Amino acid sequence: MKAMDQRPRLVVVGNGMAGMRTVEELLKLKPDMYAITVFGAEPWGNYNRILLSPVLAGEKTVDEIMLNGDAWYAEHDIRLHKGRRVTRVDRRQRLVVAEDGTTAPYDRLLLATGSEPVMLPLPGHELPGVIAFRDLHDVETMLQSSRSDKNAVVIGGGLLGLEAANGLMQQGMQVTVVHLADSLMERQLDAEAGGLLQRSLQARGLDFRLGCQTEAILGEDRVRAVRFDTGEEIPADLVVMAVGIRPNTRLARDIGLRCERGILVDDTLQTFDPAIYAVGECVQHRGQCYGLVAPLWEQARVCANHLAEYGIGRYPGSITSTKLKVTGIDVFSAGDLSHAADTEELVFKDAARGVYKRLLLKDNRIQGAVLYGDTRDGAWYFQLMRDQIPVEDLREHLLFGQSQLGDAGHGDEKARVAALPDRAEICGCNGVCKGTIVAAIGAKKLLSLDDVRAHTKASSSCGSCTGLVEALLAATLGGDYSQTPAQRPICACTEHTHDAVRAAIPAQGLKNMAAVFQALGWHTPNGCHICRPALNYYLLAAWPGEYVDDAQSRFINERAHGNIQKDGTYSVVPRMWGGVTTPGELRAIAEVAEKYRVPTVKVTGGQRIDLLGVQKEDLPAMWRDLGAAGFVSGHAYGKALRTVKTCVGSEWCRFGTQDSTGLGIRLEKMTWGSWTPHKFKIGVSGCPRNCAEATIKDLGVVCVDSGYEIHVGGNGGVKVRVTDFLCKVTTEDEVLEMTGAYMQLYREEARYLERTAPWIERVGLAHVQQSIVEDAAGRARLYQRFLASQRVAQIDPWAERAAGAAAEEFTPLQPEAGAWIKAVPA
Amino acid sequence: MTALRICALEAIPPLGARVVRTPDGDIAVFRTATDQVFALRDRCPHKGGPLSQGIVHGAKVTCPLHNWVIDLASGEATGADHGCTHAFAVRVLDGIVWLEIGAAADAPEGAERAAVARSVQAGTG
Repeated sequence: MKAMDQRPRLVVVGNGMAGMRTVEELLKLKPDMYAITVFGAEPWGNYNRILLSPVLAGEKTVDEIMLNGDAWYAEHDIRLHKGRRVTRVDRRQRLVVAEDGTTAPYDRLLLATGSEPVMLPLPGHELPGVIAFRDLHDVETMLQSSRSDKNAVVIGGGLLGLEAANGLMQQGMQVTVVHLADSLMERQLDAEAGGLLQRSLQARGLDFRLGCQTEAILGEDRVRAVRFDTGEEIPADLVVMAVGIRPNTRLARDIGLRCERGILVDDTLQTFDPAIYAVGECVQHRGQCYGLVAPLWEQARVCANHLAEYGIGRYPGSITSTKLKVTGIDVFSAGDLSHAADTEELVFKDAARGVYKRLLLKDNRIQGAVLYGDTRDGAWYFQLMRDQIPVEDLREHLLFGQSQLGDAGHGDEKARVAALPDRAEICGCNGVCKGTIVAAIGAKKLLSLDDVRAHTKASSSCGSCTGLVEALLAATLGGDYSQTPAQRPICACTEHTHDAVRAAIPAQGLKNMAAVFQALGWHTPNGCHICRPALNYYLLAAWPGEYVDDAQSRFINERAHGNIQKDGTYSVVPRMWGGVTTPGELRAIAEVAEKYRVPTVKVTGGQRIDLLGVQKEDLPAMWRDLGAAGFVSGHAYGKALRTVKTCVGSEWCRFGTQDSTGLGIRLEKMTWGSWTPHKFKIGVSGCPRNCAEATIKDLGVVCVDSGYEIHVGGNGGVKVRVTDFLCKVTTEDEVLEMTGAYMQLYREEARYLERTAPWIERVGLAHVQQSIVEDAAGRARLYQRFLASQRVAQIDPWAERAAGAAAEEFTPLQPEAGAWIKAVPA
Repeated sequence: MTALRICALEAIPPLGARVVRTPDGDIAVFRTATDQVFALRDRCPHKGGPLSQGIVHGAKVTCPLHNWVIDLASGEATGADHGCTHAFAVRVLDGIVWLEIGAAADAPEGAERAAVARSVQAGTG
């Protein structure tokens, strides 16, 4: 610490994962806010406790599980006291005292004292050779013992005990697991899965004594045997107690903080002393203590936010899942497994293959899941459970896994990733294979989706493989990967999610970008290429006619009103209403193409003509010529209404039932110019033969003899998704009203860059139907809001620019030779 | 040290850029929210994308083609990407932006600057 450091002081007691994660989150928010001091009782730097089991099993080295070395502390100007246990805190003087007399004054204190193993007070429990399984020191003791000794007894058949037993067996010891209950991991598994697990571990060479109580540990100067209450004795050179952990609250109790099982904290991770925060396994939050890593990371994020004095964000508690880290045995458990009158059970059992799956449903939502033998769908079930997604539509296939949903599903494909070979291409845009990603996660210690994107480029372009990459992270890191929260922050500039920012804009009356940055504590002075376009959209949607569109916060395509091409030229797509044109229009396009020497003329999938390879400075003049022929912008470049694709319908087609072309033109005249969270495509087909491919559009109309079917949420792009049927109406006017209301709902509710297909999968078709089909008054209001914002949106951007608006955007600077000076004054 | 007069500072939108055409290729001149001005060769080190068309944030610009983020002062790619585009010295005096094209600097840079200077003179003089 610098001598003249005037910054407030943060002292952290506990150099474990929770404490350091909180510090890392804090450094991200306000790197220089505090002078930070860390006390750690262990003589190591900060390591990943979750991975102790693989170290014991010889699958990882100690170096591989170190998180932050000494250099990290130095780099961030953090004073680290390793191997110094804190014994006292003077809360009045705000002073921390360690057992060797080291003191540190604080303004904010963070307790992250973790948990300690429960040691059963059996006779002989203090003999040398009786240990817990908690830290690197225990692992070293076990490894040493395994080199010279033969017999090990592990007391406790839970997650930790089995991992310890497996590790010791891998090191060549004869291991017996003693467990009080009648089945293994009874907290996470039901008896059925516990039995399968037991048989599989027995086959590997573990011995089990279930329903068996240890009476004493025998030995004189060192452990020799274990005696059960039946009187039976078995030899033991090493006894590992793994019967549970309890929050380490000793220091907190000594200094008078309110504790029950753990240190009591509120939703901001504050203890009863406002200057003292606590995170991790030592805390008790809403009656819950956690012993897993994911909750601790969520706590760290919230705690850091409050330490940074942003004061936003609450920790609502965590839903957790567990996975046994025993190589070759797949066990997954999540949620509440208790079976009550109002829960339903779905069970799949194939004893010969060693596969067992049990799901508990309550109100058509997953409440708990146990998987044995095939855990590929664990992440999927967990997501369905955490997001409380109704599963009635999936029920028929639910137990068979996500891969059985077929290709029509738009959701991600977590279930498939585990089975893929290393050479399987995960990211098609950037050509990144599974093996490359897995290797990078290991070698570069990548922990999040953003890390993987930065280092491998996977998932950084179109994003369609995001689910696969997340599944790879989860599979590679096991319990180490904190499930990406259901909602991620918009970008690294903020910890707020799209939904939170969106809600804050009207709620706090934020009318421009600076106000958003200020009110929500953006970390960067003016955002980045990810958040600025999103904020610009949200502001535009919240304050139509009032918010002034910020050109510099739009992607170049929307600023230049054309699509940028790989060589820096642009493409020009004039609007052709409903895909209908005339000889005169075609002649005008031909003349423009020749006049500006357009290298490529192409017909698009949306029934338009694309003029490719136009120099940017030619755009306004070209638009002027096109405008003279009656054309306006086709918005082929925008997060906006793109095209209304039609078939010829009853006017010409012998099968046509309605005037699909005319209806398409009416729809396009109503919706053009509207800005939406992502691009929006409409199709109108004149009969169920569906020549306009309406059922893979964001909104599709299929005409039938008795009226018009409206379909929504289709996608023909990254992942083909067939539309859902929304409703049927009888007149064109009703189609217009439904369309306007639907688009408005999408504009108001979807996150920026979320197409209608994933949006509908997220909020559910029922929600959309309720909002615009069943609620006539609500529909009318949405439609009115849509029409109101269209009044200011339907201004042709091409005409404005052809008339000279935003000229600097299209005019390069041409320095003249005369504009030289020699010897610039300093 | 000689310098080439580019434009008034106001001619560049804040958090925006203008392109300076030279016979040897385009130079992008950027203006940040705090009125700092930077100049880079208008080619992303990744696939040659026109950086002048990107979104400017802080003292960085994001390439419009594949979202590489380039540091405006050094021309270096940031994050996990590697690559560099040429950075030109630029200066604002009394609200006028000047591109410095000196004879100093190391050989390749000097050569490039001299070439730009020659070509600008030849091209329009």
